Amino acid sequence: MRKVILAILILSLVLAGVACSKNDKPVIGIVQIAEHVALDQSYEGFCKALEDNQMLDKVELDFHNAQGDMNNLSTIADRFVSKKVDMILAIATDSAQAVAGKTKDIPILGTAITSYTVAGLVDSDEAPGGNVTGTSDMNPVSAQVALIQDLVPTVGVIGLIYNSGEDNSVLQIRMAKEAIEALGLTWQEVTVTNTNDVTQAVQSIVTKCDALYIPTDNTLAAAMAQVYSVTLESKTPTVCGADTMVYDGGLATMGISYYDLGYQTGLMALKVLAGESTATMPIEYASSSDLVTINGQVAEEIGFVVPENYVDSVIYPEA
Amino acid sequence: MSSILLGAAALGLIWSITTLGVFMTYRVLDIADLTVEGSIVFGAVTAAVAIQAGIHPVWATLLAFLAGMTAGLGTAFLHIAMKIPSLLAGILSMIALYSINIRVMGGSSNVSLLRLSTVFSGLTEKMPKNTAVILVGGLVVILVVGLLYWFLGTEIGSALRATGFNAQMARAQGINTRLMTLMGYVLANGLVGLSGGLLSQYMGFADVQMGTGSIVIALASLIVGEVIFARKGGLLLSLFSMVLGSVVYRFIIAMVFEAGMPASDLKLFTAITVALALWLPHVKTKWSGRRKNNATTEGRCESVE
Repeated sequence: MRKVILAILILSLVLAGVACSKNDKPVIGIVQIAEHVALDQSYEGFCKALEDNQMLDKVELDFHNAQGDMNNLSTIADRFVSKKVDMILAIATDSAQAVAGKTKDIPILGTAITSYTVAGLVDSDEAPGGNVTGTSDMNPVSAQVALIQDLVPTVGVIGLIYNSGEDNSVLQIRMAKEAIEALGLTWQEVTVTNTNDVTQAVQSIVTKCDALYIPTDNTLAAAMAQVYSVTLESKTPTVCGADTMVYDGGLATMGISYYDLGYQTGLMALKVLAGESTATMPIEYASSSDLVTINGQVAEEIGFVVPENYVDSVIYPEA
Repeated sequence: MSSILLGAAALGLIWSITTLGVFMTYRVLDIADLTVEGSIVFGAVTAAVAIQAGIHPVWATLLAFLAGMTAGLGTAFLHIAMKIPSLLAGILSMIALYSINIRVMGGSSNVSLLRLSTVFSGLTEKMPKNTAVILVGGLVVILVVGLLYWFLGTEIGSALRATGFNAQMARAQGINTRLMTLMGYVLANGLVGLSGGLLSQYMGFADVQMGTGSIVIALASLIVGEVIFARKGGLLLSLFSMVLGSVVYRFIIAMVFEAGMPASDLKLFTAITVALALWLPHVKTKWSGRRKNNATTEGRCESVE
């Protein structure tokens, strides 16, 4: 028993020592659910917005990544509350839900969250009514589906691949199916549960479709290299939800850039730090959503001829 | 500062019920049951959906317990009736539950409880949330430990333990070992479901991915508890050591966060810290063992796994 008390005492001292090293700068606690390119870019964009407005030196950033474990989100949220941080940036839906469950006072900005109302974070998009607001990564799904038909006029069947365990993806796939049917086309779908399933899933779907559509799905965003290697063989054009996925091997997207979205969130953070209330700040949507990006290297490799009017949108990630 | 320790204690108490469930299968029945990864989410999801449907949180929490029990029943069926090896039976249940959980949530993967009342709501109006969770969680844990202690002491409980110790011998004594194994599965996963039900109410949401790594966390907590707290002593101490182990495991993670490691090194440092925590008592025994006789040292080393 003495050992136990001793251990707890030492632990408390260590924690107390760390907690004492606080300075006068406003602290922004940042919590991210897992590591992947889109989420990392949100964070980078956020920092860039602070830097451009000469605020980066004037605040202390306390960045934490839960490494995909939701229990860690709870511990990180406790840390922010106990440190009494001045603001929290929550990257992705679960992160925001975890911090919102811990504090009703500290302003919380979210990013990379598709629907704040479905996640139970706000009263409404126009008037959040509490301590949570932020930017939504809702991508223009129907415009992306239309882009498939624009790029591949002969398309008949569009393949859909996503993780059925991600709320955001399920929502987008529902929208995509409606959009596809509205264009008079048909769809085939396949779901994955983690990155291990991706290669097999793509192999099965490419035989049944003329083009592939992937929403902003965290699992597939992390596994674009696998999608790329399969679609390279089958020469299937792939339209994705986010530009990061095009950099990682997709053919094209029309959509949001997580970096820009993070930047936009950073601008909202400046307002919050200046004293504006989150309760009356509406949820913001990506301002640059008609951006088409085509991966030139992938286009050449799968023998896809970029239509005349999209030539300006071609990028070469390696160069 | 105090809030992060309280938060770790609250989370640890809730998780300790999962650890107790794993103790039931892994230690008492001597079965590695991976259903846990699914049944904890099943409990969480059931409670969350029930609360959303307007059912009182207390009943919703009990439903989570029942949900966990059905999950255990499923695994028991696979293992006992269909003769599938226990490890695979658990894995099959775990992956089946993934789809079932999404179905229970009506096709979505995340259910929010942020704007609804939970079992902790009555108390959170009067005190900070973590204190409320520690009170409620502590009460539930004491209840669970008490009932488990009582149950394992009854004739059926003893038969269950005998089955885990030596199934052949137990059968020779006229014990229905298949029934005992089934009961162990059901009870263990019921506890895990209960733990999940409390977890979703504490976190404010249930998510289909929230069980990822739970078996690893529960096993780590179990072993931390055994190594640090229950080297000698009876069943009651073993049960309480599961609770303490779960709380200490959460403290360790909180400490790693506080130490300000680079975010991506979190898991590495957690592993190193847990390894050190497990190694320290061993080192201490070695030192004191030099002064005492050798027999004690050997005896103690064996209890460290």
